[in-house]
Amino acid sequence: MKDVKCECGHVNPHGTVLCEACGKILVEEENEKQLLDMRYEGSARRSQIYQKTVVDKVWNFFSSVKVGVWLIIITLIASILGTILPQKMYINLPPEVYYEKEYGWFGKLYYQLGFHDLYGSWWYLLLIAMIGISLVICSLDRVVPLYKALKAQRVTRHEGFLKRQRVFGASHNVDQRDIETVKQHLIQKHYKVREENGDLLAEKGRFSRWGPYVNHVGLIIFLFGAMLRFIPGMYVNENLWVREGETALVPETGEKFYVHNNKFILEHYDKEKNKTFEKALDRAGNVVKNYQSNVVLYQRSGEKIPGEKPKLEKVKEYKIRVNHPLEFEGYSIYQSSFRSEMDSMTFALINKKTEKSFGELTINLRTPKEKYDLGNGYSVKILNYFPDFEFAENGEPSTKSRVPNNPAFIFRMTAPDKPKGETSFVAIRQTIEPFGNNTYKMAFKRIGTTNVSGFTVRKDSSIWVIIFGGILFMIGVIQGAYWNHRRIWVQNKNGDVWIAAHTNKNWYGLKREIEKVLEDTKLKMPEDQLQREQKDKEGV
Amino acid sequence: MVELSGNLLFIAFILYLVATLFFGGSIKQKKDLNDTKTTNKWGKIAVFLTIIGFISQLGYFIIRWIVAGHAPVSNMFEFTTFFGMALVGAFIVIYFIYRTTLLGLFTMPVAILVIAYASMFPRDISPLIPSLQSYWLYIHVTTAAIGEAILAISFAAGLIYLVKAIDQTKSTKKTFWLEFVMFCLVTVIGFVVVSSVFAGMGYHEKFNWVDKSGNQAQIEYTMPALTGPHEGKLLTKDGFKPWAEMPAFINAKKLNTVIWSVAAGIVLYGLIRLIIRKRIGSMLKPLVKNIKLDFVDEISYRSVLIGFPVFTLGALIFAMIWAQVAWSRFWGWDPKEVWALITWLFYAAFMHLRLSKGWHGEKSAWLAVIGFAIIMFNLVAVNLVIAGLHSYAGS
Ligand code: HEM
Repeated sequence: MKDVKCECGHVNPHGTVLCEACGKILVEEENEKQLLDMRYEGSARRSQIYQKTVVDKVWNFFSSVKVGVWLIIITLIASILGTILPQKMYINLPPEVYYEKEYGWFGKLYYQLGFHDLYGSWWYLLLIAMIGISLVICSLDRVVPLYKALKAQRVTRHEGFLKRQRVFGASHNVDQRDIETVKQHLIQKHYKVREENGDLLAEKGRFSRWGPYVNHVGLIIFLFGAMLRFIPGMYVNENLWVREGETALVPETGEKFYVHNNKFILEHYDKEKNKTFEKALDRAGNVVKNYQSNVVLYQRSGEKIPGEKPKLEKVKEYKIRVNHPLEFEGYSIYQSSFRSEMDSMTFALINKKTEKSFGELTINLRTPKEKYDLGNGYSVKILNYFPDFEFAENGEPSTKSRVPNNPAFIFRMTAPDKPKGETSFVAIRQTIEPFGNNTYKMAFKRIGTTNVSGFTVRKDSSIWVIIFGGILFMIGVIQGAYWNHRRIWVQNKNGDVWIAAHTNKNWYGLKREIEKVLEDTKLKMPEDQLQREQKDKEGV
Repeated sequence: MVELSGNLLFIAFILYLVATLFFGGSIKQKKDLNDTKTTNKWGKIAVFLTIIGFISQLGYFIIRWIVAGHAPVSNMFEFTTFFGMALVGAFIVIYFIYRTTLLGLFTMPVAILVIAYASMFPRDISPLIPSLQSYWLYIHVTTAAIGEAILAISFAAGLIYLVKAIDQTKSTKKTFWLEFVMFCLVTVIGFVVVSSVFAGMGYHEKFNWVDKSGNQAQIEYTMPALTGPHEGKLLTKDGFKPWAEMPAFINAKKLNTVIWSVAAGIVLYGLIRLIIRKRIGSMLKPLVKNIKLDFVDEISYRSVLIGFPVFTLGALIFAMIWAQVAWSRFWGWDPKEVWALITWLFYAAFMHLRLSKGWHGEKSAWLAVIGFAIIMFNLVAVNLVIAGLHSYAGS
C-alpha cells in the first residue's frame, strides 16, 4: 500500500481523502461534490483500506455504524418482547405451569419460545456481546486516524477545502486591520487562534471530539464489569434465613462471619398517628412502614476446629432495614423478606371422658425432648416425630423435610392406671389410635411461632469496575454533547479574504458566533451553503 | 397546607393556559421568528406568565414535600405533575438559548395536557413503603423526569418541523401519521373530559367478580362499564350493564377507561374536523410560516443532546444505585427498567443515525416523535398496564 504525498509536502497514509495537513482533496470523486464530507476529517480508516481477508471482513462488519445501529435496534425490539409478560424471576409458580395457566395459549407459546427468561437467553447475551465488539472495533477503527488528522492540520488550507465547507464566504477589498479585530474577537470567545503568514485558524472544543470514544470505552468497561461476575468468587448472592434468637453462619465468607438475629420488626402505618396519610390509607388498607431485623454480627476468633463450637467475637450491632443493608468487608446483608414459622406446640394430657387435664407440655419443634414428666405418675414420651408429615407411598408416616411445616407425633402416654402406656398418633387436626380405644388423649392447646428474617447476602467485587465504567460513560457523553468542536478559517486567497467554518454540531450556534466575531468589521458574513440548497428546495 | 399546595398547582395550570394564548399572539405579531433579539411584547408576557406559573408549581411541590415528609414523586399524580413541571422548566431553559416563542406555543399545550392528565388520578398524599424510603429514589425519579422533559422538547420542536415541512395539499402517509399524533393528543383531552364528567356526576357502580386465582372480589367503576370484569355481577341498582365480559387476566376497569377515552377522543377530533374543515396539521401550518426549518431542526437535536446525558444519569445510573441499595441488585429486568433501557437505546440509535447516516430534518423530526411516544408509553402504559415493582399501587 502506497502512501500519498500531497502537493503541500505532507505524506498521508493510503486511503486518505483530505490531506491531513492542508485539506486538499486527494480523491477524484470528492472533487465533484459541492460540500465535503468532514466526518473523521477524511482520514484513512482501516475498514476502508483493507477489505480482503476474513479478518478484514469481520473488522469491516463491526466497524460499520450501520451494523451498530441495527444491533441497537434489534436489542431494543428484543427487550420489548420481554416486557409483554412477567419474566421468570417475578412469578411464583414453576414457569411450565404459570404461563399457560395465567395467559392460555399465548402464555404457553411465550414460554415455549423461551421469552420467560429472555434477558438470560443466549441470543440476548449474544446481542449485547456483539454491541460490545462493535463498540471496540468501531472506536479503534476511527480514533487513531482522527487523532492524527486533527493533530496534523495546518493553518493554511487548500482552496478546494475552504470552498466546500458548509459555511463559506469571500470578502473583497479587506482592510487588514479588520482581520486583527476578528482575531481579538475570536480570542475573547475562547478560541485558540493560530496564525501563519496572515492566515488564521481559530479552533475550540476539540476535546469534545473524543467524547464518543470516551463514552464507548466507559460502556465497554461497564459490560466487561458485568461479565466479571461469571467468574467464581467475584460475585456472591445467597439467601439466608435466620430465626429470632438464633445465630447463623454467613455463607461464602469462609466460615468467618456469623449473624445473630435478635428480633424481627414489622411496622404498619397508623392512621391515627399519621393524619396526612389518612385518606390514602383508607383507600389502600394496611401499608407497611418498616421491615427491620436487629442483628449482631460476629466474627470467628481462632482456628476452626472440626466438631467444636466456634468462638465468636462481636463485631457490631446493626438494625438491618430495607434501604439500609449491613455492610462489612465487601459483604452486604439486605433485609429481603420474612416469614413466621411454627416453633412450638402445646398439648394437655386429658382424660377423654371427663376432660380432666393432668398437666400441659410444650414441645419445641426443632429440638423436642424425648420424655415429658407431668408429675403424679403422668408422663408422655415421644416415640416418633415427623416435622413435615406426609404419608409415604407405602402408607407409612414419614416426613418431607426437617422444617416443622406440618408436625406430627407418635406419643406414648403413661398414667398411674395405664402403666404400660397408650399409643396415639397426633397430627394437626387428626388423632389416630392405632391400638384401639384409649382412655387418655393429647389435646391440642396452641402453637407458638417465631419470626424468621430473610436476608440476601451479597458481595460484588465487580461493582467497582461497573461504577468506573458508568462514570466514564457519563463523562464521555457530557463531553461530546455539551461542547462542540468549532473551527473558523480566515485566509487570504487571491487578494480576497475567505472565511470558512466547520462544526461537528450546532451550526446555528456557530453562525451566531461568527456574526458576533465579525461585528465592527466590513467582512461579509459567510453563507450556510447547505441552507442555500435547502431554500432552493423549499422555494422560500 | 395541603389545600394551599393544591391551589398553587391550580394557579400554575391557569397561568400556563393563559401563557399559551399569549404565545399564540406573539406568533401573529412577529415577522421573523428566527431573529433572536426581538421578542415582542406578547412574547415577553407569555414567557413572564410561564415563569410565574413555574414558580407557583414549584411552590406546590415544596409545600407538598414538607407536608408529606417525602418528595412528592411517589404516585401517578405526583410523578406526572412533576413531569409537567419539568417540561415547563426545560422549555424555559431552551427558550433562553434560542429565544423562540413558537416553541412555547407547542410545548405549553403538551405540559398542560400532562398536568390535566395527572389530575385525574387520586391526589391523596400516600405513605411510602420501605423500599421507597430512600433519598436515592427522589434523586433518581426527579432526574429521570427532567431528562425525559428535555427530550420531550425535541418532540415539540420536531412537531413544528413536521407541521411546516409536510405538504398538506394532498393526503399522504405523512399527513396521516401527523394527524395520528394530533389525534393522540386530542385523546388525552378525551380522557380528561370523560373522567371529569363522570367524577362530577359522582358516577359509581360496583361488581362482584372472580379474579385470576379464583377468589371472589369487589370492584368499583367510576365510569359506566362497557367492559365488565370476569364473571362480574352488578351490585348497583340501575348500574350500567356491561356490553362484554373480560377474561380474568385483563384489567377490565382500566380497559373500560381506555375505551371511554378513545371514544371521547374520536368524538372531539370529529368535532374539530367538522369545525375547521381541514386537518389539524393544516390548521397549524400558518403559525409556523415564519420559522426556518434548520433552526427548529437544531433545537430538536440540541434538546436530545442536552437531555440524553440527564436521562442516562437519572433513569439508568441513579436508578441502578437506588436498586443496589434497596433491592440488593442494580438491575432486575423489571418492565419499567427495561423500558428506560429501551428509551435510552432508542435515543442512542437516534444520535448515531443523525451523526453518521445524516438523518437530519424530517427523518430526525419523526424520530423525535417516536422517542416521545416511547417515553409516554413508559409513563402511562407501563405504570398502569404492565405491573411491576414500580407500578404505583392502587393509583
Ligand atoms: C448502546 C450503545 C451505544 C451508545 C449509548 C452510544 C453512544 C454514543 C454517543 C452518545 C455518541 C455521540 C453522538 C452525538 O454526539 O450525536 C456516539 C457516537 C458514535 N458512536 Fe456510539 N454508542 C453506542 C454504540 C455504538 C456502536 C455499537 C457503534 C459501532 C458501530 C458506535 C459507533 C459510534 C460512532 C462511529 C460515533 C461517532 C463518533 C464520532 O463522530 O467521532 N456506537 N455514540
